[in-house]
Amino acid sequence: MKKAVLLAAVASLMLTLATPAMAEDVTLNALFMKQAGYSEDDVTAMTEAFTAETGIAVNPTFVAYEELAPKILTSATSGGYDVILGDCIWPAQFAKAGLVLDVTDKVEALDLDDIYQGALDATRYEGKYYGMPWLNDVKYMFVNKELLSQAGIDEVPATWDALIEDAKAVKEAGICEYPIVGCYAQAECLICDYTCIAGSFGGAFVDENNQPTLNSEENVAALDFMASTLADGLCNPKSLEMIEDDVLSTFAAGNAVFAINWTYQYASMNDESQSSVAGQGVITPIPGTDKAESATVNGGMPLMITAGSTHPDEAWEYMLFLASKEMQAKYCANALPIWKSLYEDAQVKETAGEEVVAASQIQFDYIVNRPMVPYYNELSTSMQAEIQLVLLGQKTAQEALDGLQETALKLAES
Amino acid sequence: MLLKKAEERYALKLITPSIVVVMGVIIIPIITTFIYSLVNIDPLSSHRGEFAGLSFYISALTSSAFWADLRRTLYFTIASTAAETVFGLLVALLLNQSFPGVRFLRSIIIIPWAIPTVVNGSLWKLMLNGEYGVVNAILTKLHLLSAYQSFLGSPKTAMMCIVIADAWKMTPLAVIFFLAALQGINPTVYEAARVDGAGALQRFKAITLPALAPTIMVVIVMRTVEKFKAFDIFYLMTRGGPANSTRTLMYTTYLQAFTNLNYSEAATCAYLIAIIVGILTLVYLRIMRREENI
Repeated sequence: MKKAVLLAAVASLMLTLATPAMAEDVTLNALFMKQAGYSEDDVTAMTEAFTAETGIAVNPTFVAYEELAPKILTSATSGGYDVILGDCIWPAQFAKAGLVLDVTDKVEALDLDDIYQGALDATRYEGKYYGMPWLNDVKYMFVNKELLSQAGIDEVPATWDALIEDAKAVKEAGICEYPIVGCYAQAECLICDYTCIAGSFGGAFVDENNQPTLNSEENVAALDFMASTLADGLCNPKSLEMIEDDVLSTFAAGNAVFAINWTYQYASMNDESQSSVAGQGVITPIPGTDKAESATVNGGMPLMITAGSTHPDEAWEYMLFLASKEMQAKYCANALPIWKSLYEDAQVKETAGEEVVAASQIQFDYIVNRPMVPYYNELSTSMQAEIQLVLLGQKTAQEALDGLQETALKLAES
Repeated sequence: MLLKKAEERYALKLITPSIVVVMGVIIIPIITTFIYSLVNIDPLSSHRGEFAGLSFYISALTSSAFWADLRRTLYFTIASTAAETVFGLLVALLLNQSFPGVRFLRSIIIIPWAIPTVVNGSLWKLMLNGEYGVVNAILTKLHLLSAYQSFLGSPKTAMMCIVIADAWKMTPLAVIFFLAALQGINPTVYEAARVDGAGALQRFKAITLPALAPTIMVVIVMRTVEKFKAFDIFYLMTRGGPANSTRTLMYTTYLQAFTNLNYSEAATCAYLIAIIVGILTLVYLRIMRREENI
């Protein structure tokens, strides 16, 4: 009898040990961004729907963009967060440092033909995928057509030359003191804007072999152009302390005619509760030159699984749910879907806005990636300071970019 | 003998928790950080795991960026400490007088100090905003400015703005110290000086200042060390910009560790900061001892 009881006890213990943790017992910790892209409310609603469907609890944390990297770096290997939202410039660094899991098999099992290349690029390093494409974003040109028409201009400029002419006309007519506004603070947003403008001048920061080409003729011309808009009083000098939200608020206050920003500006500038120019602004592709018709920067942000996560399968399930067509179609007011097929969806057109969808279909063809190299963050830090010196008129574009080229070559070697 | 040993064992038991805490949060991190500065632990480096000796220290000390960061750190430290000490002293002298409402003023003077640095930094950033900041509005209304200025977007004014924001928050701390010291001065000394015909300035120079000297020194030592390590106010207000004009040694340490993943360089920079702060503290302590002996 005693033996039977003992056997039953051992058997039940083994069964307990062998049974995988029930989904209900799992709680994932996820890290998201507060600004741009999906709103906190959107992500919370998606997460609640996931928990209701799977029984897996998720604790989402929302921080400012600038807080994402420090939080990831200090917790990735210990598993503080299972799922993290990363920028498209990080997979190379995170992969090399062993902070995130390689999910190539899982991503390749998806219908990749239906996912935009920019969104896929945002998760890739050396041919491997380190995350699930999720936030599909690029920068656009936002134009206050009402102010433009007051200067007798009806057409939105398609080239930088035309934009400068329009800006001069608006300024001379006394309609707007500084028609152009940019996010030129010493932050990543400055590099994003420079990527767009350099790209539209036919420039790129690295070649097809990821070798630095910072001091190319096109990049110098683009930086000279940016500096000249400030020197000529066409670009707001306060741009040097502005990030994206400041650009949005300046545009929304009617103090700018032209602004480069992410998709989220469209909904905010047309929201009467936070904008005095609701209905006046349009979203268009970023202007070009004779070298390139347009160019924009890849702002894709993938969801990644940290190396320290103890629930990678559940984490992937959660990521798939957030990036599912159903969720992306439902919550596309602030971020467009990664799935090409959704752009024909009536719900998407209505929620995101026909104008946004139309602009994206053109702008997606001109995506430029920032260098996808492990040393990018260090290079970007140097670039931000040097570009600001040029914008302040304290250095020439050629001097600054020659120095940066040297820095990039050293970083590539180390 | 046995009793003594038992007492020793008992004492050891009592101090063990403190030893564990001190080892865990001070001694071990200090040793580990030092090892990190001698061995390449940068996850992105092709020399990861290699013993680097003093090469990180040599490369830091021979780089112009380090000395530029040090200059900016010293500028902030000196300007901010000087502002706090001078304004702290002036406010303390005012609050040491008896006039209606002085008790209320003594209470509310603490408010800026009680505000968290995060709130203080964000508050000043908003107030100094080039598009809608209240500082611009006031200066323009007073015709001191012809148009709104980008205080935080110009290398000429950004550091000064941070000094003002930091001094505004921390001056009350100096006020409290000075006020306590002022109230310890015997009023009869002032009365005797007044009878002898000493003027206000003479009384300040002959009585107040010597009596406050040790407190002034304590405030300067304490604040200098704190200022040298300041990070949060820079992170909140400018993130080292524009064009690196507010990038200090502490901010560079942060960038190296949490942006560039250069952990060894960050450890080296942190150690250099600790060495400089240690030297400053020793100098001040020697001055204080000399003052005490006098």
